[in-house]
Amino acid sequence: MTAYLLKRLAIALATLVLASMVVFAVLEILPGDPARLMLGMNASADQVELLRNQMGLNAPLVLRYLHWAGGLLSLDFGRSYTYSVPVIDLVRERLAVSLPLALIALALSTIIAVPVGLYSASRRGRAGDTISMGVAQLGVAVPNFWFALMLIYVFAVWLRLVPAGGFPGWSAGAWPALKSLLLPAVALALPQAAILARVTRSALIEILNEDYIRTARAKGLPYRAVLWRHALRNAMIPVLTILGLQFAFLLAGTIIIENVFYLPGLGRLVFQAITQRDLIVVESVVMLLVAAVIAVNLVVDLSYAVVDPRLRSRQ
Amino acid sequence: MTLRIDIPEETFRSILAKAFGNTAFVTGFAITVLIVAMAVISYVWTPYDVTKLVIADKTQGPSLAHWFGTDHFGRDILSMIMVGARNSIAVALVAVGIGMGVGVPLGTFAAARGGLVDEALMRVNDLVFAFPALLSAIMITAIFGPGAVNAIIAIGIFNIPVFARVARAGALAVWPREFILAARAAGKSRTQISIEHVLPNIATLLLVQGTIQFALGILAEAGLSYLGLGAQPPMPSWGRMLFDAQTRMVVAPWMAIFPGMAIVVTVLGLNLLGDGIADILDPKSRRQR
Repeated sequence: MTAYLLKRLAIALATLVLASMVVFAVLEILPGDPARLMLGMNASADQVELLRNQMGLNAPLVLRYLHWAGGLLSLDFGRSYTYSVPVIDLVRERLAVSLPLALIALALSTIIAVPVGLYSASRRGRAGDTISMGVAQLGVAVPNFWFALMLIYVFAVWLRLVPAGGFPGWSAGAWPALKSLLLPAVALALPQAAILARVTRSALIEILNEDYIRTARAKGLPYRAVLWRHALRNAMIPVLTILGLQFAFLLAGTIIIENVFYLPGLGRLVFQAITQRDLIVVESVVMLLVAAVIAVNLVVDLSYAVVDPRLRSRQ
Repeated sequence: MTLRIDIPEETFRSILAKAFGNTAFVTGFAITVLIVAMAVISYVWTPYDVTKLVIADKTQGPSLAHWFGTDHFGRDILSMIMVGARNSIAVALVAVGIGMGVGVPLGTFAAARGGLVDEALMRVNDLVFAFPALLSAIMITAIFGPGAVNAIIAIGIFNIPVFARVARAGALAVWPREFILAARAAGKSRTQISIEHVLPNIATLLLVQGTIQFALGILAEAGLSYLGLGAQPPMPSWGRMLFDAQTRMVVAPWMAIFPGMAIVVTVLGLNLLGDGIADILDPKSRRQR
């Protein structure tokens, strides 16, 4: 078990280091001089050269990478070219929107999907199963940003229940802020819930065919107890895997949704930074997201052991 | 003397009979044919010319003359959806081609060699998977310039590890089988065995994954062109149409409704087709649904 954990941890760290090299290298070979961009087209070559020296852009490649990577580790991401504030401040401010959004969406999708999956699996082949899986099939096909537009039309334009976009900030109170995250969260959650419901159902059905389920039923356990205690627990591994993938997807997938709702989140920050060539913001946010994906995958790997005791004893 | 074992033969006819009895396959196939036909027909005929702006007809609701209404330039939405289908299909299809073309050889090679080669390839796969695909696609298209070609490359790159993984897993399951042993005993090389025996046995898996990635590619392309990073105007694309619709939702909701429906129907059709193929060619998966 310990060996397994150590191996996973080592792989995660190695992936992180490699990813940082890739990010650094990609942004390094890009056209466009940040110093020139900051000073504008009218700046003289001397001014640009001076700023390049100040920004450390003239140092050797390896030194610049080490400096940047060291900065990442100490959460010192440097200063944004366009906003002229430390990147970490920008990230913190934007994460206050994106993280709650992703968490609400994930919670919503789990709350909807797991019961639907359970229901479908326990009524396999009957009308209820066919209908809910039909809806799930449809849900997988819906692009979340189109679903978002439809939600805006119905709930913001038509019924005027929630704002169509924008974010008042947490300082305006928890309720107004949450209210403006509601539609985006639903838009993000629906397609995710559809996928998760399908995975939950097929994992459950596979397990319901196992011998130990028949044994549990044969010794007189009620169906409900078998479903919840024996089947669901064993079906958790594929469900957790998908949940982990979805969280990673949600963090980055908010890019389009944040654009639809004009939310000042991490996705919108990175999208604007890309179009404005604010590379230091781009590389910092991309690295943060990659680190989040790797961390989530690691946690999912570790949680297998918690869910499935058999994995604990295995070498 | 040759030994004959009677195996119930999967003839083309029996597969066809099974296919027509499978609701998911029939529905998915019909939808896919319809969408592809729409795209093909748009080359020779559309109800209206999508390059001509008729300001007098702008933002008209659905009517007999314009089934899906018109946009803010007076262009017929149905015609634009037809032409947009070409773009969606082309981008997603070529992206799947890139993914298969590079991923499948890599995956089967890793399975055939095993050991260090396999381990190294899987680690590179992990690395690519660590980058959120959509974010990276946005970066690639934003940095190298928006357009259909860069969208294809951006989506295609992320198809590679998917196909590599599926091909490898499939090939690993085939390698221990007896007929592979027989082929090795007959002196065939690993490459020969991979091509002649492994590939045909994982073709179903790859076909099913292909339809899934095709559907995902259409969604990804729509997302990119919604952000203005896909096909550029005047070439109509479904995502771009949704972007144009967003600010006009109050006066012209049909501008958003119909292109979105086109995406949903196409993706739904492809997913059903994939499910159907998996059902028909792999009876084991049948038990699970």
